[in-house]
Amino acid sequence: MPKTKPKPRKTPSSSPQQTSFHHPGSLLSVNDLALEDIGHVLKLASVLETEDPLKRMKRLFKRRVSLLFYESSTRTRTSFELAAKQLGADTVLVSALSSSIEKGESLKDTGITLRALGAECIILRHPNSGAPYVLSRATGLPILNAGDGMHEHPSQALLDLRTILQHVRGAKAAGPVSETTLKGVTVTICGDIFHSRVARSNMLLLPRLGARVVLCGPSALLPETAADAGPGITIERNFDQALQQSQVVMMLRIQAERLAGLNLDLDEYKLRYQANAERIAAHASKALIMHPGPIIRGLEMTSEVADGPQSAIAEQVRNGVAIRMALLVRALTAKGKTSR
Amino acid sequence: MKPILVRGGRLIDPSSGVDSPRDILLKDSRVAAVDAPGKLNSAIRQDGAEVIEAKGLVVAPGLVDIHVHLREPGQGHKETIATGTAAAAAGGFTTVCAMPNTTPVNDSPEITRWMQSPERNAQVRVFPIAAATRGSMGEALTEYGALKAAGAVAVTDDGKPILGDAIMRETLIAASRTGLPVIQHAEDTRMTGGCSMNAGALAFRLGLRGMPVEAESSLVERDIRLVAELKDARPHLHVAHLSTARALDAVRRARRNGLHVTCEVTPHHFVLNEEAVGEYHTHAKMNPPLRSETDRQAMIEGIIEGAVDALATDHAPHAAHEKEQEFERAPNGITGLETALGLAIVWLHEKHKLPLSRVLALLSTQPAAVLNLKGRGSLAVGSFADVVLFDPKKQWIFHAADSKSRSKNTPFDGWKLTGKVALTISEGRIVYRA
Ligand SMILES: [Zn+2]
Repeated sequence: MPKTKPKPRKTPSSSPQQTSFHHPGSLLSVNDLALEDIGHVLKLASVLETEDPLKRMKRLFKRRVSLLFYESSTRTRTSFELAAKQLGADTVLVSALSSSIEKGESLKDTGITLRALGAECIILRHPNSGAPYVLSRATGLPILNAGDGMHEHPSQALLDLRTILQHVRGAKAAGPVSETTLKGVTVTICGDIFHSRVARSNMLLLPRLGARVVLCGPSALLPETAADAGPGITIERNFDQALQQSQVVMMLRIQAERLAGLNLDLDEYKLRYQANAERIAAHASKALIMHPGPIIRGLEMTSEVADGPQSAIAEQVRNGVAIRMALLVRALTAKGKTSR
Repeated sequence: MKPILVRGGRLIDPSSGVDSPRDILLKDSRVAAVDAPGKLNSAIRQDGAEVIEAKGLVVAPGLVDIHVHLREPGQGHKETIATGTAAAAAGGFTTVCAMPNTTPVNDSPEITRWMQSPERNAQVRVFPIAAATRGSMGEALTEYGALKAAGAVAVTDDGKPILGDAIMRETLIAASRTGLPVIQHAEDTRMTGGCSMNAGALAFRLGLRGMPVEAESSLVERDIRLVAELKDARPHLHVAHLSTARALDAVRRARRNGLHVTCEVTPHHFVLNEEAVGEYHTHAKMNPPLRSETDRQAMIEGIIEGAVDALATDHAPHAAHEKEQEFERAPNGITGLETALGLAIVWLHEKHKLPLSRVLALLSTQPAAVLNLKGRGSLAVGSFADVVLFDPKKQWIFHAADSKSRSKNTPFDGWKLTGKVALTISEGRIVYRA
């Protein structure tokens, strides 16, 4: 069999593309946000974070927010719930295991039902890539994507961005951003890139601000084609070399059962890709170490690194609430093209 | 049935190479005469023929679609033989070959006959294509002789491939003995589990598992190897909905080696590429998936150079609620009978200057030849009175809501097409009038 594979040319088909209407307050993909919008969200997050709690409660007082979760999630769900509550909104949690979803109701019908019950915004976590688009088309409501399949987790990428900016820019973290804001910053994302929506959102978002994204992992978890997902993305399979270039290192969770499917044993994986104290000290002693959680300690990362001085993991969690407050305010106050 | 005289039109009959002003007389469900303009007017008095004025219209053999899913028996909420053939008539098709992935699977002479029964109220001729293996399970062959006697024109397990080497070899041998083509849906399903679009950077970015080009090409290559090994039996392999440059190359090589291998390409595979998936539009989800722009162009090139034998729609109706789902959960396929001619004229004739007679050959004469449909795809005297009249210049907007199909799952809703069907005649009966 000949192994020559033609490089795909990116010629859009000469056809009227179907364009769907999405509510301007929706966040389905990081690509929905112009740089200006990103700046607004970051600024709003900072304002809300330090705002007087009673004043903040009036922001979305008694507004109705539904959390529709088809997958279990502790961190993202709690983070969104806390964000909504701090803004005074009423939240309703609908999870797949305790609802008519279990009885076979479609996503479309569930969305229409929630809207009829008064939901003004739906936060969706779903195992299928693209599910938020289905929900958006069905309801016309602002939809916040809280993770869809292997596609995206945009609020995570924004909180990661805020975390990075706090370290790179310090006090100016809340200022406007441009395509050079992260110039000179290299971010390595290491682990199961293929299955990771966090990786996709970050690799699409960070290069737009000037960062270089280096992807690292074994080929079965990181296909070559990942480098074509957008500009500013490269692949480096040698973790030590990736670390040497990086100011920021994002480790991803590894599911042991996936390694088994790849004939890669845990020990071998750890040997090559684990963020441990020796490796970080040798190759990235100043880098910021991040992880979207949940961490499997002792697998992709050791406790020394997770709890060490370079770790930004707790900051990420804190930033999550601030970013999600900003996204909720944007979702529920957006009228024109962008949020205010 | 009253004879029909179609006069004043531009008759294009690829089967005889005619492309000139001709009148045509249809009588007793056959083509009775073709002659210079005015020469057949006596039929009006002698036979009491109904006159159809075809001024400004092309008069061509009724179109032949060798790959449709009519969903009966068993899936009447998507389509019935009556509604599917009404859509066919509206699209200019007078012959459709129905795939066996119904409920139950058409693997028996009984179902094959049931599909052709007058009670189905088909508007155009339906030729069933029977399952190659029982239940399309890929294990035991069906009764090819009995199926052929009942009216089946080919065997296939479409929707699924015939995967095992041994069973495919048996299929090819038995089919060649019976004189039936074997139609293969070429997809090595060992490479496509959980996949919902074409493999590549776009699939990666959308977080969807991708079907590699090799899933198609490796199975086409395997099948061709088997056909070559069975050279003495001269089996006929027909590759359904071919979508990749690599598989097309394999077909080209097989033909150069004198093997009886044919292939079809769908309009969506030469009009659209994977980018049509856009924001997870399920009307861009089909199997084989929309491919890269490189592959799309290879389909156009293959059609123009003659490596592709037929255009076929793979008309695959699905109810709205089935398509309004998460992309990965939505079923594969789109409707195609009412857009095929218009898309072929825009993309092949207008954009790529393929003569209209060649476009029509790909939509009638050649597919009829692929499946040995005698008397179809031709306006020669004695052929079936299957005729389409269309305005080759008329631009029109296709509205899915107006479709005669029970389902509206098409990515071409709102598209401007060229070539509007004015009238369709099936075996001497007017079955569609715009
Ligand atoms: Zn098929």
